[in-house]
Amino acid sequence: MRDKVAFAGIGTTRYGNFPETDSYGLGCEALNAALDDAGLKPSDIDGLIVNRIPTYERFAEMMGINPQYCLLTEAPGRFSGVSLALAAQAIASGAAKTVALVYGNNGRSVRMNYGGGDSQWSPWGMTSPGAIHAMMWRRHMHEFGTSHADLGHVSLAFRDHACLNPDAVMHGRPITLEDHAGARPICEPLKLLDYCLINDGAVAWIMTSAERARDMKRPAVLLSGYARQDAFHYGSAPPDDFWHPTLSACRSVYDRAGIGREDIQGLGIYDNFSPTVLFSLEGLGFCKQGEGGDFVHDGMLRLGQGRWPTNTSGGHLSDSYMQGWGIIAECVRQLRDDCGARQIPNAQAMQYICATNIAQSLILRRDQ
Amino acid sequence: MSLATRPRPQIDNWNRPFWDACNEQRLMLQRCTATGRCFFPPAPVSPFTGRPEWEWITASGRGELWSFVVFHQSYFPGMKDELPYPVVMVKLEEGPFLLTNLDGMEASQAEIGMRLAVRFPGGPEGITLPQFGSEAGVA
Repeated sequence: MRDKVAFAGIGTTRYGNFPETDSYGLGCEALNAALDDAGLKPSDIDGLIVNRIPTYERFAEMMGINPQYCLLTEAPGRFSGVSLALAAQAIASGAAKTVALVYGNNGRSVRMNYGGGDSQWSPWGMTSPGAIHAMMWRRHMHEFGTSHADLGHVSLAFRDHACLNPDAVMHGRPITLEDHAGARPICEPLKLLDYCLINDGAVAWIMTSAERARDMKRPAVLLSGYARQDAFHYGSAPPDDFWHPTLSACRSVYDRAGIGREDIQGLGIYDNFSPTVLFSLEGLGFCKQGEGGDFVHDGMLRLGQGRWPTNTSGGHLSDSYMQGWGIIAECVRQLRDDCGARQIPNAQAMQYICATNIAQSLILRRDQ
Repeated sequence: MSLATRPRPQIDNWNRPFWDACNEQRLMLQRCTATGRCFFPPAPVSPFTGRPEWEWITASGRGELWSFVVFHQSYFPGMKDELPYPVVMVKLEEGPFLLTNLDGMEASQAEIGMRLAVRFPGGPEGITLPQFGSEAGVA
C-alpha cells in the first residue's frame, strides 16, 4: 500500500455554534470545499464514506452522488483513521477510484452530551470518555511519577498553535500554565483545559490513487503507511495499560512507510483529552514509557521550538473536536505548505497517532 | 447522599445472578472452568476460550484500589446531591476490575494500592449496589 493512495482534496467548515444548519448542511459545505480544492465535481466521486451524518443515502441524494462504494462508519473518533484505511483499501483494490470521506457534526448546537444514560457502570456514577481518561491518568501518575502539571505543557502548546491559526475556535485566547492548573475540575484529576472542545463543523477529504492525484489541482499528499492494533479485553473498564502494547504494535507504521521517526517533521495526535498525547508519544516510542511528562516539558510539541510540532491547528483541545478528521486535514495542509503562520518549515512527512482501543498510526508524505 | 436515587443497572440474562447475589450481600463472579480465571461483566462465554464453560463463584470481596476519579460534573439527576463524588477502580483478588464507590471513606482518604473490601449498604428499590470501604472496617 505504500504511496499508492493519496489525498487530492481537503475541505473544512468554520467550527462553532450553527443552529441554522445541521450535519448534512455542514457536510455538504465541507465536501464542496474539498471538491473545489481538488478541482472535481460530484459526478467524479464514485466512493462515499460518511461519519456522524445520519445516513449515506440522504447525503448522497443531496450531493447528487451515485457511487459504486458507499458506507456510514461508527461515531467514535477512532473511526476517522478506520475510514481512511477503508477508503485506501477500496482504492487499492479497484472497488472505487475516487472516494469522498465526509464528517459532519452538530454536537454543540444540539447540546450533545458525552456521558450519562444507561451503561454498565452508571449505577456507580461512572460515565463519559473524560472519566475513563481521568482514571487512566491517575494511574499513570502513580506508576510513573507524572503530574497534572505535565499535561499543562500539552494544553499550552496546542493553545499557542491555535493563536497562530485564525480559524481555530480558541484563536486569540492564549492561556498560561497557571490557567491550566487552576481550571475548573471536571473529573479529577482532569480539569477543563484537559478536555476537547465540542463544536459544530465538518471536514471532508477526497482520496484517490497517487497516479490520479498527480493530475489534479493541488500537490498530492501520499498515504505512506498505516498501522492498527485493536484491544477489547479490558472488561468494559478503563484500560489498565494505557494502550501501550497496542500503540507499540503500531510502530510497524515506520516499516510500512519506509521512513523512520527522524524523517518526520510534525505530528497530529488525537487529543480528546490531554493524557492521550502522552500515551501516544510513549506508545509510538518518541520517549520511553512513563517519560512522556518530561518529554513535553520545554516546548517539545511547540512550533518553532520543539523537534516534533504537534497539532499545529490547535488540535481538539484548542481548535475543535472534529474527532481526528480535522487533525488529519491539518497534516495534509502542512505537507502542501498551506499553513501560513503555523507552517512547519520544510514539512516532508507527518505522522498521525490515535490512542484508543483501536490504536492507529499513519504517515503522510509529500509527493517527491 | 442516598444510594436509593442511583441509576438502575441494566439487568440481562447474564448478569441477573450477580444482582440477585448482591441482594443477598454476596459478590459473585463467573470463573472460566478451563483456565480458572474469573471475568466481569457477566457474559455468555468465557473470554479466555470463547466457550460457554464457566461457573459462578462467590468472590472474596477483597481487592486493591487501582485508581480513582472525582466527578464534579453532573451526568445523573439522582446523583446531583452526591457531587463531587468519587468512583474507584478496584482490582479484585480474583483478577477482574470493578468500578464502584467508597463506603465510609472520603475521596481525600483514597490511596492507590490500599486494600478495600465490599459492603452492601443499599441501592435503588430492589437493587443492592456493591460499594467498597477499608478492609479493616469490615466486621
